[in-house]
Amino acid sequence: MSKRKIFVGGEFLITDSEPGDMFIVEEMTTEHKMIYSAATDFVKKEILPNDEQFEKINEDYARSLLEMAGNLGLNGTDIPEAYGGEDMDKTSTCLVTEALGGAPSFSVSFGAHTGIGTLPIVYFGSDEQKRKYLPKLATGEWFASYCLTETDAGSDALNTRTTASLTEDGKFYILNGEKIYITNGAWADIYIVYAKVDGKSFTGFIVERAFPGLSLGKEEDKMGIKGSSTTSVILKDCRVPKENVLFEIGQGHKVAFNVLNIGRYKLAASTVGACKIAITEAVKYANSREQFGRKISSFGMIKNKLADMSIRTFMAESLVYRLAGAIDDRFNTLDETAKQQVTENAKTIEEYALECSIAKIYGSECADFCMDELVQIFGGSGYIAGYPPERMYRDTRINRIFEGTNEINRLLIPATILKRAMKGRLDLLNAVQVVGEEIRNYLSDTVIMGDAPLAVQERLVKISKKIFLLAAGKAANRLGANLEEEQEVMGFMADMIIEIYVMESGLLRAMKIISKKGESNAQYHDATAKIYINDTFPKIVHWARQILSYVEAGDDQAAQIATVNRLADYPPTETIALRRLVAEKVIKARKYPF
Amino acid sequence: MDVVVLVKQVPDTESLIQIAEDSVSIKTGDLKWIINPYDEFAVEEALQIRETQGGTVTILSMGPEKATEAIRTALAMGADSGVLINDPMTAGGDALTTAKVLAAALKEIPYDLIIAGQRAVDGDNYQVGSAVAEYLGIPQISLVIKEEIFNGKIRCHRVFEGGTVVVETPFPALFTTQRGLNEPRYASLPGIMKAKKKPLDIKTLADIGIDPAIVGKAGSKTKIKTLNFPSERQAVRMIDGESGAEKAANLVKILHGEIKAI
Repeated sequence: MSKRKIFVGGEFLITDSEPGDMFIVEEMTTEHKMIYSAATDFVKKEILPNDEQFEKINEDYARSLLEMAGNLGLNGTDIPEAYGGEDMDKTSTCLVTEALGGAPSFSVSFGAHTGIGTLPIVYFGSDEQKRKYLPKLATGEWFASYCLTETDAGSDALNTRTTASLTEDGKFYILNGEKIYITNGAWADIYIVYAKVDGKSFTGFIVERAFPGLSLGKEEDKMGIKGSSTTSVILKDCRVPKENVLFEIGQGHKVAFNVLNIGRYKLAASTVGACKIAITEAVKYANSREQFGRKISSFGMIKNKLADMSIRTFMAESLVYRLAGAIDDRFNTLDETAKQQVTENAKTIEEYALECSIAKIYGSECADFCMDELVQIFGGSGYIAGYPPERMYRDTRINRIFEGTNEINRLLIPATILKRAMKGRLDLLNAVQVVGEEIRNYLSDTVIMGDAPLAVQERLVKISKKIFLLAAGKAANRLGANLEEEQEVMGFMADMIIEIYVMESGLLRAMKIISKKGESNAQYHDATAKIYINDTFPKIVHWARQILSYVEAGDDQAAQIATVNRLADYPPTETIALRRLVAEKVIKARKYPF
Repeated sequence: MDVVVLVKQVPDTESLIQIAEDSVSIKTGDLKWIINPYDEFAVEEALQIRETQGGTVTILSMGPEKATEAIRTALAMGADSGVLINDPMTAGGDALTTAKVLAAALKEIPYDLIIAGQRAVDGDNYQVGSAVAEYLGIPQISLVIKEEIFNGKIRCHRVFEGGTVVVETPFPALFTTQRGLNEPRYASLPGIMKAKKKPLDIKTLADIGIDPAIVGKAGSKTKIKTLNFPSERQAVRMIDGESGAEKAANLVKILHGEIKAI
């Protein structure tokens, strides 16, 4: 395998990648393919036929599935071999997570167990804690859960009221407080609980179900994912042995947030799996339902929907596996000793925090889009319980809320970029200056582009970055320290950053496939990149204009907006025929076609 | 007990099959490939036999290099080693030439028992297993749903129209599988990682000492003339009527009058 260039987090905004720098899912090894097959077979044979089981809580069934998953090794891809796992690369974990993403409700139970439930111990646990807990989590004998949220600590996660105080003999911490909306609440055997020691130092604890003082609230009656358990977890003078402190006192935020980063890209992988199922359901119905004497899949408006669902899912898939590959590459730079060190692991995960937020936002919104169109394609029957779309529509909605709302993640993206720019980790200021100079020296309005495949789209992605740097530079300049208070501006910046990463990921994947298989064998990839970038570029322009018209005034404003307009001038790509082409492929394949 | 399982890699049964320009083969570009489902039963049964009898399970396949994926999957399920006969001269052959190649390869592999799928779901020839047994001169039992091994013999239950028949034979022997024999296990992730290190030999026709002239297209006794899709199913037609009796009457009218089926 050729060596990919390693980017620092956020660098994609200022450095253009080559297709060779990015991992694409088509580059799976034979083992990866087998892992994906094993996981999809499991879902197809053991879970999907019992679809209706997941409209109510059934602990025995969920436990039996978790144990079956354990037998297959699906729970342990991130767990080191010494502790009962397989210690696989992130790509393998993503493939398993994606496959399980197609499972109603269980995807959430499984995701919380293997992700935010297990990973705090994998990355931050002591050897003793790992030996004690990880083997049981790998086999699925024990369910894990993650307890961060409280009534007054939702998005403001550090505003924890739960306290921990050391007993006089120094052997136990006494925990008091209440956590809410805890996934796997009623089923979990261990809870990763965050509490403030002496009301000050935010710290993680491993709390066993059997510890005295732990009790559970009633099952929540949720909008969707009704087959998963969600309860409050009540700690009343709960006695937790000192050995169960996770990582260090006062370092709980590192555990909580780094694990959420991983949880976020895994959530995105899971939504890709759900979207693929939605496309299968949608095209199956559109190919059988007849109106006006024709299958509805023969109508342009339905074709558009099938194409758009597949195009966005392609984009989500491209970015998720790009990110998994990037995290793997970075982990591979660590030597064996460094891999054992908590701080090195944490640093590696933290590096791509903003890409993880992008994945979470894009994946969850892509899934909402797909489920919404799925309901629409089914028409009236899409609104009726008992048909898959109604359940899938409700089930997916949580993805925009948990593991950090999409709003919190949107704020994190530009905030992280700015913080790294200030600390010198990302050379954003220089990039802003370079763009400024380029714009001043910009003489010709006509740009000569090669006729290489996707050359126009490649240019549009590059220009998107320039437009972002121009707008973000002005916003930072004018608003200074107040920028973070101006959440609407931050939101526009986040949207630009997200779409730049998405467009570039889809573009590079399409380019790589074209160069491998030849243009004539990659026409659907080519069409997908063209359609998506054609439709998204005007949004970048719109967001930039909005930022500039808010932060600038008078002649400066007019000049900046004129610059954006000049950069934004591009001939539109014809997308009606291209969408039909993609749709025809979906209709023939009867599933997600890539 | 040394068991050899004959495995073929076939297109996933859910794949969209398209006929190629030559009209005698299918387009293979976008296909997803799997182990032939009947061969999966064979692998599972071999593993169960090894669990009770000890011995080894060897996977034997003929096909392009890509077919190693099917062998690897069987190794991930738990088989011990694999052999692939990969030679361009085998291309375009019929069931009989495949059997010749596999039988030649089996001269080098020790076996007490050979298990094969009753048929491969792509070509649907139902011939390879039987022909291999003939070439090797060993007894064969087809369409087996249950087997028992005792006193150096194998007793197989095979289905036929309306009942089952119990057949017994000494070793070495070959049997082919029928649905209901077992529930194949999944390849587990640790199994997949272990499979990577298990021996998988790739051999040519020269390696197994077979004359290319008697196999492949040149050696075939049958030839596919053309491939056609079945005609598309007609849309469902609902029978009108206020009551069951009226619907039945209308149905009879259509069957008798329009379709002339009765």
